[in-house]
Amino acid sequence: MAITKKQSAQLAKQVFEYAPAPEAIDHVKIQPRYGLFIGGKMVEPHSKKHFPTINPATEKKLAEVAEADALDVDRAVKSAAKAFDSWSRLAPSQRSRYIFRISRLIQERARELAVIETMDGGKPIKESRDVDIPLAAAHFFYYAGWADKLEWAFPNRKPKPLGVAGQIIPWNFPLLMLAWKIAPALAAGNTVVLKPAETTPLSAMLFADICMQAELPPGVVNIVTGAGKTGSLVVSHPGVKKVAFTGSTEVGKMIQKQLAGTGKKLTLELGGKAANIVFEDAPLDQAVEGIVNGIYFNQGHVCCAGSRLLVQESIAEPLMEKLKRRLSTLRLGDPLDKNTDIGAINSRAQLEKIQGLVESGLQEGAELYQPECQLPEKGFWFPPTLFTNVSQSYRIAREEIFGPVLSVLTFRTPAEAVEKANNTPYGLSAGVWTDKGSRILWMAEHLRAGVVWANTFNRFDPTSPFGGYKESGFGREGGIHGLAPYLDLN
Amino acid sequence: MDVRKTYKLFVNGEFIRSESGRAYQPDGNVNVPRGSRKDLRDAVRAARTAFNGWAARTAMNRGQILYRAAEMLDSREAQFTDLLGGGAKAKREVEQAVETLVWYAGWTDKLPQIAGTVNPVAGPYFNFTLPEPTGVVGIVAPGQPALAGLMRRIAPALCGGNVIVALAPEETPLPALTLAEVFATSDFPPGVVNVLSGQRRELLPWLAAHMDVNAIDVAGCTPDEVEAVEAAAAGNVKRVIKVSPTESSPYLITAFMEMKTVWHPIGV
Repeated sequence: MAITKKQSAQLAKQVFEYAPAPEAIDHVKIQPRYGLFIGGKMVEPHSKKHFPTINPATEKKLAEVAEADALDVDRAVKSAAKAFDSWSRLAPSQRSRYIFRISRLIQERARELAVIETMDGGKPIKESRDVDIPLAAAHFFYYAGWADKLEWAFPNRKPKPLGVAGQIIPWNFPLLMLAWKIAPALAAGNTVVLKPAETTPLSAMLFADICMQAELPPGVVNIVTGAGKTGSLVVSHPGVKKVAFTGSTEVGKMIQKQLAGTGKKLTLELGGKAANIVFEDAPLDQAVEGIVNGIYFNQGHVCCAGSRLLVQESIAEPLMEKLKRRLSTLRLGDPLDKNTDIGAINSRAQLEKIQGLVESGLQEGAELYQPECQLPEKGFWFPPTLFTNVSQSYRIAREEIFGPVLSVLTFRTPAEAVEKANNTPYGLSAGVWTDKGSRILWMAEHLRAGVVWANTFNRFDPTSPFGGYKESGFGREGGIHGLAPYLDLN
Repeated sequence: MDVRKTYKLFVNGEFIRSESGRAYQPDGNVNVPRGSRKDLRDAVRAARTAFNGWAARTAMNRGQILYRAAEMLDSREAQFTDLLGGGAKAKREVEQAVETLVWYAGWTDKLPQIAGTVNPVAGPYFNFTLPEPTGVVGIVAPGQPALAGLMRRIAPALCGGNVIVALAPEETPLPALTLAEVFATSDFPPGVVNVLSGQRRELLPWLAAHMDVNAIDVAGCTPDEVEAVEAAAAGNVKRVIKVSPTESSPYLITAFMEMKTVWHPIGV
């Protein structure tokens, strides 16, 4: 029995009625204008240029941040290079303590960071509060402990730091990606110049404050804000010995090409088009939660999102019913409301990209389902969306949408599931849902992806290496494997 | 009167002439096939087809096959010593190549135990990380030492479960082409090892830009070639492997590998 849009909307109304539960923001101080974090203090940019960063849920300006030009980037790199001399020679146990201190400060200022993350990026407060910030602190805590144990990590090698690391991070998990980049770099004895994404610079500005509070030696961490041009200046600066980039495959390829012949070490964490595979023996209710978490977590702004649902044919119908019903209970709206499941799309540009790809899905012949869902008038929003009747050749099944849009395909045998799952130039993550242990391990072995979640999805931990196969990039972040890219092991 | 050998390319387990019908004479006498872009594409396709089967072999089986290759090479020591110009130095190089194969043969079933991890995540999940082969690997071997240098690149890649397309050194291709005969008699499935001879400038750009090659080892490339390879490799985010050409190390095996992490909940 198929459930109609109207019925599911009624159902949602019957079951849940929420009063607004907004998170307090009075304890958060956002400055009207930020400079650059260079040499241990906030400085005015040479460029004298600033650009606004807005709240995507209200389109209101939150602050202005500096746009670093070539001279600003040069200053930051020089400051990092100067600091490298002493930081790399500092007793590893002392390095370790600074990083522990940063971790503790993040925990102490957790709510402030969570609120800023949500206001600047649009993600639901329950995600920034329960996922982004605790994981960022945990990441620093984990790598802090490595700083004085490096020679135990790599047998028969004398690990040495590389120098200045240039790091470019995306807007989907701003502080968490900062932690993934900075924590291992510092633990290994490098200094960094980090460029946050232009739509979400504020948590990095707060992190600069944390570095000062931790009395981290000047120049060990430098943060320059700006758009792609600033990032390109960081990457190509001759003083940078190591480049780490998280972002789109398109930009990753440009960086790889740009670095050809320079001898700089490079790690790339790029896009994905993960298959989330549900077998007929899977616990369906649990799988539905996993599917929802896989694609609607953080509005689908997740490189490892389970954006292709592969369902075994025999259960396609009941699973779709359950999924549609669950979709109708998702609450979209104010990201600062503690009950919100789906927040704002990060930017107008991203919203337009999602709209364009959804339009292509309709034109190519896929069937669209969206629960009845009122979108706020101001801000950038997109309802949770799923497409059925999708062919593997459709753009919505091949391209990374980076939005709350799920493409559903079916399969009959495990071999067919593997074939379809691997039929993509990406290889970042995959999900498998089944009650059969041997099948989980067989699937995990055959899926060409760096992370396989079995009977779960979108789990992260500092001890757990993360990174892609194929065009999803190379190098790992997290775990002992995440140290190697920041060390000279020759 | 000698029965002379016609040197051929080794693709998909077969000794073939270049589809281009061309040859060149690196030492002014012996004809060596001048492989073409089409030969290269055929070799990559053969390698891709062979990949799943080779990667799925047990570690012990891969180790046995690598060891078998060492046996085959050792039994031809005299022939390879001659090919390398004869004398004690040449003999030593053959011995080194045999030693490299034996050493990596013993790594197949140990590498995951030192490169893999069980990760103590903060939650009720069992989480482990294992190395897996990256896929089709292009190998550009150094001209000198023509045999041992090639072996130090090929053996770790095969050890990890990759399949390879190797470019024989342009000036000294005979040891590489003869080595193919060793691999052909060592129970490697067809397509796991492919060896092409020809002009570097004709083959390397296509190998570096090929969308179905996952990694390329540039030990035998000049700095200019490395730069060109790195730029072309960006087309499909190829891994470009640059390590010291004389080294043997498990870090070299992992250079040709991906780390896969698997999560599963723990619960009753």
